[in-house]
Amino acid sequence: MIKLTIDDIEVEVEDGATILQACETAGKEIPRFCYHEKLSIAGNCRMCLVEMERAPKPIASCAMPAGEGMVIKTDSNMVQKAREGVMEFMLINHPLDCPICDQGGECDLQDQAMGYGTAESRYLEPKRAVENKAMGPLISTIMTRCIHCTRCVRFATEVAGVPELGAIGRGEDMEITTYLEQALASELSGNVVDLCPVGALTSRPYAYQARSWELTHTPSIDVMDGLGCHIRVDSRGNQVMRVLPRHNDDINEEWISDKTRHAIDGLLAQRLDRPYLRGRDGRLAAASWDEAFTAIKKAIKKAKADEIGALTGDLADAEAIFALGQLLDKIGTPHRDCRQDGAVIGSATGTGGKGAGGYLFNSGINGVDVADAILLIGTNPRSEAPVLNARIRQNWLNNGVRVFRLGGAGDLTYPLVELGDDARVLEQWCDGGLNKGSAVVNALKSAARPMVILGQGALNRPDSMGILHAVGRLAEQVDLVKEDWNGFNVLHSTAGVVGGLMLGFLPQKGGFATPDMVRALEHGRLKVLYNLGADEVDLSRRHSDSFIIYQGSHGDRGAGCADVVLPAAAWPEKDATYVNTEGRVQRANRATFPPGEAREDWAIIRALSAVLGKKLGFDDLGGLRQAMISAVPEFDEMDKPRSLKPKKLGRKQAISNAPLQTHIKNFYMTCPISRASVTMAECVKAFVYENAGEDAGEDAG
Amino acid sequence: MLHDSDRIFTNLYGWHGTDLKSARARGDWDGIAGLLERSHEDVIEAIKASGLRGRGGAGFPTGLKWSFMPKEITTRPHYLIVNADESEPGTCKDRDILRYEPHKLVEGSLLAGKAMRAHVGYIYIRGEFVNEAKALQTAIDEAYQAKLLGKNAANSGWDFDLYLHRGAGAYICGEETALIESLEGKKGQPRLKPPFPAGVGLYGCPSTVNNVETIAVVPTILRRGAEWFAGLGRAGNTGSKLFCISGHVNQPCNVEEEMGIPLKTLIEKHAGGVRGGWNNLLAVIPGGSSTPLIPKDICNDVLMDFDSLQEAQTGLGTAGVIVMDKSTDIVQAITRIAYFYKHESCGQCTPCREGTGWMYRMLERMVRGEATLEEIDILYDVTKQVEGHTICALGDAAAWPIQGLIRHFRPALEARLKSKTPAKTPIESVA
Repeated sequence: MIKLTIDDIEVEVEDGATILQACETAGKEIPRFCYHEKLSIAGNCRMCLVEMERAPKPIASCAMPAGEGMVIKTDSNMVQKAREGVMEFMLINHPLDCPICDQGGECDLQDQAMGYGTAESRYLEPKRAVENKAMGPLISTIMTRCIHCTRCVRFATEVAGVPELGAIGRGEDMEITTYLEQALASELSGNVVDLCPVGALTSRPYAYQARSWELTHTPSIDVMDGLGCHIRVDSRGNQVMRVLPRHNDDINEEWISDKTRHAIDGLLAQRLDRPYLRGRDGRLAAASWDEAFTAIKKAIKKAKADEIGALTGDLADAEAIFALGQLLDKIGTPHRDCRQDGAVIGSATGTGGKGAGGYLFNSGINGVDVADAILLIGTNPRSEAPVLNARIRQNWLNNGVRVFRLGGAGDLTYPLVELGDDARVLEQWCDGGLNKGSAVVNALKSAARPMVILGQGALNRPDSMGILHAVGRLAEQVDLVKEDWNGFNVLHSTAGVVGGLMLGFLPQKGGFATPDMVRALEHGRLKVLYNLGADEVDLSRRHSDSFIIYQGSHGDRGAGCADVVLPAAAWPEKDATYVNTEGRVQRANRATFPPGEAREDWAIIRALSAVLGKKLGFDDLGGLRQAMISAVPEFDEMDKPRSLKPKKLGRKQAISNAPLQTHIKNFYMTCPISRASVTMAECVKAFVYENAGEDAGEDAG
Repeated sequence: MLHDSDRIFTNLYGWHGTDLKSARARGDWDGIAGLLERSHEDVIEAIKASGLRGRGGAGFPTGLKWSFMPKEITTRPHYLIVNADESEPGTCKDRDILRYEPHKLVEGSLLAGKAMRAHVGYIYIRGEFVNEAKALQTAIDEAYQAKLLGKNAANSGWDFDLYLHRGAGAYICGEETALIESLEGKKGQPRLKPPFPAGVGLYGCPSTVNNVETIAVVPTILRRGAEWFAGLGRAGNTGSKLFCISGHVNQPCNVEEEMGIPLKTLIEKHAGGVRGGWNNLLAVIPGGSSTPLIPKDICNDVLMDFDSLQEAQTGLGTAGVIVMDKSTDIVQAITRIAYFYKHESCGQCTPCREGTGWMYRMLERMVRGEATLEEIDILYDVTKQVEGHTICALGDAAAWPIQGLIRHFRPALEARLKSKTPAKTPIESVA
């Protein structure tokens, strides 16, 4: 610890802390533009100058390490004069177009000019004008406003791992650019907009849509991937205007992915705002809730309990899954599944809270920071969880972690040891077969904190039981799970599945899992399917006698082949619980109301249960949550990651030579909301088609 | 006045050969084995005792700088870097060393490298110095051939490799940390200090950056003894120094002289006097374009060394003496210098990036007389806002000449503005 004096206040800070941090400890505000806690120190804006005793000139507090016995003044004449001077320089070539600038109202330059600047400008020369740069569909640039703090450059090179952003030119001709005026090819590019302290880089889809002071801020949880990033939903009236990250060091630090940030315009398109019923002519026609419920009642009455099944989708919240599960129990059917991709995880690892070690990200997302060897199996974290990928990159940058990859292709922004895409090598490694495996086995063995990350791409195959089994053997051999470290990790790419697994929304005794259910529906074995937002399953070949109920927010694939469509609220329109890939139970809050006649998922199921004469035992969300907690007590512990030893991993099964790969082919479109988003469509055009040729945009995840 | 016997650069004018044999004939490489036998500390102590101050402009004691290097080589190698990126307007001393006395530099690099426990030295040479780079490379090649460099250099048991690296012509790359960045293949922008290069320098390893002249005088100091060097000049400002005299003198020249020689003597003795006689002198920029000018009345008796010039509110800098006679438009001259710094600012930090352009544009109007009197104060204020607030010294370098102008030539400036600015026309009443 270092002791120093700041404005006559004695503070103690940790070794290696900067003077700026020490000043903050003392409660002194230091203005800054270029300094950002999560980025390297540039020291170029010179706004944070403070006076140090015995130093002839003011010093940049962001870059100067605190030293024992230093005496710092943050409010002396020298400091005030220095800040005024720097502020004046910032402003002489800044256009002062605040009235038409999207940053207005939440602009560091505005705020600090008010706090530390002088009232008048003495600058009489013409102002500099800078040409705007093309940075793709997400970032709008007005480069004349740039103050050259290089936060965006540092973010792109350090966190996002794309070197396309930099500064060219010298002196006052220096310009921030993507060199070749390309789109910034990163799934995290939107974060430069948050980082930009002025209005040089602003959000393109949000351009001129709202002013910051008109917005209502709702803290919430993201559902676009399995991380459960902390976000803030900004809404105006009944429209979500934008999504911003909230700071949470254990999950997303200060970053969110472009899908999280920009898929929200999908909330406005393709919405189901009233129930629909398939008429005699085979077309869906608008109907009332009563008509829809009556039709469902008729279909369910006609079928035997064993002929009814249910699927839940990627965005399903825990409350809805729980309510649906209760209803199915009352009906008495064993057929249900929360894994629409057909993954075996859960069945293969034990369910509910007890078997959770087999399907959770046990090291914790922040465990990535300290891991010293990482093996990726059948996953592409860059497309499945971009924020997590940035953490792996940080670990590589800071500690040089070795990362091995089995299955999958593409640049992950850090060096990888490629191990091919044949899953059979897993068994060979365990059997002591020599090939590249010996390197990875040795690396994991010698690591204090080894990490294996299994993606859904390795878990939704017909031979996934065998893969899991082999991983289990490998885990034992390399001592993956130790007393104080659990290196077995499953990376979920969806917000709903872990909640479903914890609630045990899986085939009961004699029940069908997703692939069986789809087949049974085709053969006519299953008569009624309750589809709660499962849009990634292809149900179009169903038997003509079958009856499908689709409940969801968007007119996507699921609604297209349904007989009854029940309109439900999308995620920002309901208070809901989601469980992230670490098993962290988190609450999302309602920011807006659902459109038209759409209702919250659990409320629809509760109302239907009454119509069916199988009334569920709760009347409001509170009651439902109580019931859910008594069924699965883990839901009572909020915001806590879980780390459990995996007990049973798969079973012996021959592994095929089918190449291991990620299940996400197109990062920008993975759910009904992102598929309805115009912004995401533009991203697909800019990034996916541009980079991968013609057929890349096909698969929707 | 420097005696011929005390001259270090005996081939400053290229009258003799520059090859190894000729250099040896002049005494270079003489007894190199003996010099290399001296311990690291011994050499550093000798340089400290000689009072040698860095010849690149800042005048930091060289021996002290060397002593900042770690005392043991740990996992990171040590590097010696010679700054041959001579770009300061009015300065051309290193150039003559590079082309006529390259062996002094090569030998100095070996000695300095050994003293700071470096096995590798880099000479970063200005890109425009094409022939100089060739001459230096020839000298390095000769030294390698004669086994004076490389493995077991000069049979001393010390391995030392010396590499020549050509820059791409940016003034800022003469700043030591920008030079290191450039040498690493990055954009030449100064680094934040601390950490200083002696701790974290080239490729993150302990490094010391020295000027060409500083390194080139080291062999002679070691050979003739620290006392000899310390005996020249005044206390704190010892030794001899290369002066570059340019501008309105009859014979512009480079000359080696004793530190502390009176400016008037320097100009009259070596440069043939001011054009039109001493009384025709207007002002002198004593140490390269970044030092504030001094008017004739100060020039009359100022001594040319670090401390005397500092007392005169200017600096010795690189000792590039720019003489201006009374035909000079002093405002325009300083404006040209301001333009240079605006053009060479790297753009990294705010005060320099924005301030250099602002200062230049104000001056540029003042040359034409199109400014108000108050703007002189604003200009001075702006120079004060730049000075001392930047990452490197380029901000200071841009501010000082303008401060010098306002300090000494304010009446001239005011007169110009008064004569050329149209008086404020009263607003005519609309009625």
